[in-house]
This record gives sequence, structure tokens and C-alpha cells, in this order.
Amino acid sequence: MTRFLSRRLVELVVVFLGVTFIVYAMVFTLPGDPIAALGGDRPLPENVVAQLRAEYHLDLPLWQQYLHYLGGVLTGDLGTTFTGRPVSEAMASRWPVTITLALSAWALEMIVGVLLGLAAGLRRGSILDRGVLLGTVLATSIPVFVLGVSAQLVFGLELGWFPIAGTSEGWPASYVLPAAIVALYGLSSVSRLMRGSVADTMRSDFVRTLVAKGMPRHDIVGVHVMRNSAAPVLTFLAIELGYLLGGTVVIEGIFNLPGIGQLLFESIRTHEGPTVVGVTTALIVVFLVTSVLVDVLSSLIDPRIRHE
Amino acid sequence: MSEHIVATEAPAVAARGVWATVRRRPLFWTSLAALGVLLVVAAFPGPIAALLGQPDPRACDLSLSGQPPGDGHPFGTDIQGCDVLANVLFGTRTSLFIGLTTTALCLLVALVLGTVAGYFGGPADRVIARLTDVFLGFPFLLGAIVVLNSAPERTPLLVAVVLAFFSWPTLARLVRGSVRSVREAEFVQAAHALGFSHGRIVLGHVLPNSLGPVLAIATTMVGGVIVAESTLTFLGVGLVQPTISWGLQLSTAQTYFQTAPHTLIFPSLFLTVTVVSLIMLGDILRDALDPKGRS
Repeated sequence: MTRFLSRRLVELVVVFLGVTFIVYAMVFTLPGDPIAALGGDRPLPENVVAQLRAEYHLDLPLWQQYLHYLGGVLTGDLGTTFTGRPVSEAMASRWPVTITLALSAWALEMIVGVLLGLAAGLRRGSILDRGVLLGTVLATSIPVFVLGVSAQLVFGLELGWFPIAGTSEGWPASYVLPAAIVALYGLSSVSRLMRGSVADTMRSDFVRTLVAKGMPRHDIVGVHVMRNSAAPVLTFLAIELGYLLGGTVVIEGIFNLPGIGQLLFESIRTHEGPTVVGVTTALIVVFLVTSVLVDVLSSLIDPRIRHE
Repeated sequence: MSEHIVATEAPAVAARGVWATVRRRPLFWTSLAALGVLLVVAAFPGPIAALLGQPDPRACDLSLSGQPPGDGHPFGTDIQGCDVLANVLFGTRTSLFIGLTTTALCLLVALVLGTVAGYFGGPADRVIARLTDVFLGFPFLLGAIVVLNSAPERTPLLVAVVLAFFSWPTLARLVRGSVRSVREAEFVQAAHALGFSHGRIVLGHVLPNSLGPVLAIATTMVGGVIVAESTLTFLGVGLVQPTISWGLQLSTAQTYFQTAPHTLIFPSLFLTVTVVSLIMLGDILRDALDPKGRS
């Protein structure tokens, strides 16, 4: 276990360095001068530009800029926006929105996905099974913004059940529509995985033995099949949570939820380099930590995974 | 697509097995037919649009802005008075172009890197594995937004290349796994024993036998890419005028959804049918190619 964990941690550091460097390089070497853009229509005086460049280390070669940045990150400093605010402060007010959205969507995804997958997997080839398969394919084929806009129109404007934008009505009213739409996409994967896993387990030898012993079907399914099919689904769900916490740019945009995804999108549009890099770094840390936790958890649940 | 897979699946028995499984599935024929129609539309959007009404997507009449479906305009007109049907038909070409180009590029990179990693293993495998980890480490939409937002001129080709740049790792992992699973097969060992060169073994024996599942996933991926393009365009960092695309139509339609819902419905309908057909086809091929029949 220690060896497995230390290898995972080394990998994590490598991936962290790689991803942050790529994002840093992308943001700061692509065309578009953020300092020049600060001045708007009137060009800034030479000495101000030079001072700003020095302040943000933009006058150094890229690798030195990156090292400066990395040093900051390691001491807990995610950088400063071009307007002088710390990036972590800009993020602080956004986290609650994204976390609420992510957790609501995740819970929906887990409950509905597992139930649908279980039902479909137990009766492969039935109408329910076909319905679930078709439904999940359809759901993933409609772009998220089409669903978002349609839901706003139907449930927000026509029926007036939920607010169509903003977080003013708080949880749950403001989060029901966006969370349901986000969940719909993950739900397809969860139910398909669960379906396959359940179907495999039902065919396994130990289930046949249980049937032969005369164990009631609901005990077989409830106790043995559920536990044995859970591992892959749990892994997926944990990774999915990492993704969801990264904020869903599109849905936050459509429903005007002031979350992390929206902050990121706004900063990309306004060439707010330090914010883009800072937010991305934070997201990558969340994502990587989740994935290591997933590995540890799944190796605890199923010892066979450890040695792969 | 199916002919392609059949052709690359070297042993005749396996190919016949897949064909026999696949041809009994009605969904296989439905999605194939839908894709066939869409390909014809993509090839000749003008003549087909002329048959159904307005041949020119850019011939717009502002006095006919936002008309519901009716005479001369089977799908109605959009807010600029342009024919929705003609735009949807011409958009098919753009979407399919981006979907196929991106997937082809990804496949190329994935085949090279995945084969090197899976066949030779060792340090090359570790380097490539970390590289794919790095790319999978951040959300793909994010990377595409960062790059496209700074791009000076966003043509369909550029969007396709950027999408490919961020989506090859999934396929590369798949190729690697697939190659690894046949690397130790007896017929590969036999080829080694006969003294074949690595190149000959890889191209003649390993790849043909590991390509099937990869192509099935690639089919599904074409659909995913088409959705990704329309999402990026919707966010304002994808395609721009004067390109005609479903994403552009939908992004305009969103604003006027209440007054002219048909401008949102028809492009989404085409988009959804295309993507559903691609995903179905990919799923069916994967089921047929995977002996365990898992889905």
C-alpha cells in the first residue's frame, strides 16, 4: 500500500507540474497583450507598461515567470489579478455556488443513475432496459445549452416553477434546473456502468450458487449483487465529483450562477491571465487530489485493484 | 464506417462474425441510413436546399424576419430573414467536416503514440502515459476556450485542430490498452519467432487486430466532437460568421427563442439526430467487437 501510494503521489506531482505549465504557457504566450488591453482605447505610457510588466514578471523569460508563479503557489499564493485583488479572494465568493451545484447534481446522478442502472441490468433486453439505453444516448446527444435554454423556457417562463437565472432564491429553488441538467449527462454514464456491472455480476458463479441455495432474489440483489457491482460505479462517481467541482462553464453561464466556471470563463474572455492560471491551478489540485483519493478508496474496497 | 472496419479486421472469421452480429440490429441500419442521408446533404447542400425551397442560405429578406415554417420556407426564417432549412443543410457540411477531421487527427496521433507505448512499453510507455495524464488533467472544454479565445481567425479547420489537440489522449489510452492485449498473443509470438521486423509485426499483425474497438469508440467520438464544436460556438469562442454552422444558428436562436422557437428547434433536431446516429453506430460496433458483449 505504501509503495502504491508513493508511486501515485509522484505521478500526481508530475501531472501537476505538466498541467500548470501548459496552462501557464498557453495563457501567457498566446497573442493578445493583457497589459496593453488594460488601458482600453488610450495606450498606457511607456513607463507604466514597463512597471506593470515588472510587477507581474511579464518581462522575464517564460520559464522564469513560471518558476516565480510556482513558488507563489507552493506558499499558498495563487497570484494577483490585473486589478490588484488576490486571485484566491476572487474565488472565495464563488466556491459556495459551485459546491452547492456540484453536490446537488452529484447526489441526483448517484441516486437516479444507480437505480436505473440496477433495474436495467437485472432485466437485460426488457422494455425498461431498452428505454434506459435509448434515453441515455438521447440525453448525451442534445447539447447542454439546448437543454438549458429549453428548460428555462418550459419550467421557468411557461410553468413558472423555478427561477430562470441567478441564485437569489437560494437552494433548492435556484439550483433545481441547473443541477438536474448537469446530472442528466453524468447519469447516462452512471446508469450504463451500473447496468453492465450488474449484468456481469448476475452471470457470475457465486450468484448462481446463491440461486441454487434457494436464497430469495431480493436478498441476492440487495446484499450480494449490489456490493459486488458497486466498485466501478463508485470510482466513476468520485472522479465525476472532481469534474463537477471544476465548475460547469456552460450551465453556470446559462443560468447566470456566479460560480467558479463563470469566473474562469469571464477571465478568459477579458484576458485576465493571472486569474485564469490561478483558478485553473486550484481546479487541478482539486481534481488530482480527488483522483488519488479514488485510487486509495477503490484499492481499499477491492484489493485486486492495488496491484494493477 | 462499417466497410472500413471490416476491411481492417484482417482475419476473415472475425470480420464475418461482426457483420453477422451487426446486420441483424435494426438500429444499425437506422443509424447508417441517417448518416448516409446526412453525408449526401453535406456533399450537395445547395441542390437539396433548392429542391425544398430556398437554395441560398445567405439570401435573406429582413421583411420576412422570424417567420414560422410555411410556404417557400419549410423550416421558417431566422431573425435576419434567412431560410432556416438552407442554413441547417449547409451547416451539416461544417459539422461533419469538423467531426471527421478532428477524429481523424486524433486517431492518427493516438495510433502512433498508443502503439509505441503499448507495443514497446518501458520508458516510452511511461512518458506517454504521463503525457496523456497531463492532457486529461484539465477539462477539455477549458483548454479549447483558452486557445480559441486568442486565435485571430477561427476557421472550421482551426477549430478542428484545436479540438483534436485536446481530445487525442482518450483514444491514445485505448489504442495502448488494445495493443497491449494482443502483444502477447500467440500469433504475435509466432511472428517474432519467424524473425519478422517490428514494423512488419506492428502493421501486419498487431494493429489490424487491435483496431476494431478503437474505431468503434472513434465513431462515437465524431458525435462528441460535433457537440463540443456547437458548445464552443455557443459560448462565443468557436466558429464565427460568415461560416454557416449549427452552433452559430443555435447561439443566435437562444436570444430569440421565445418569439421564434423554430430557429432553435430545427438546428438542434439535426444536431441531435446526427450525434445519436453516430453514438448508436459506435455502440453497436463496440458491442459486436467485444466478445464479452458488455455495453
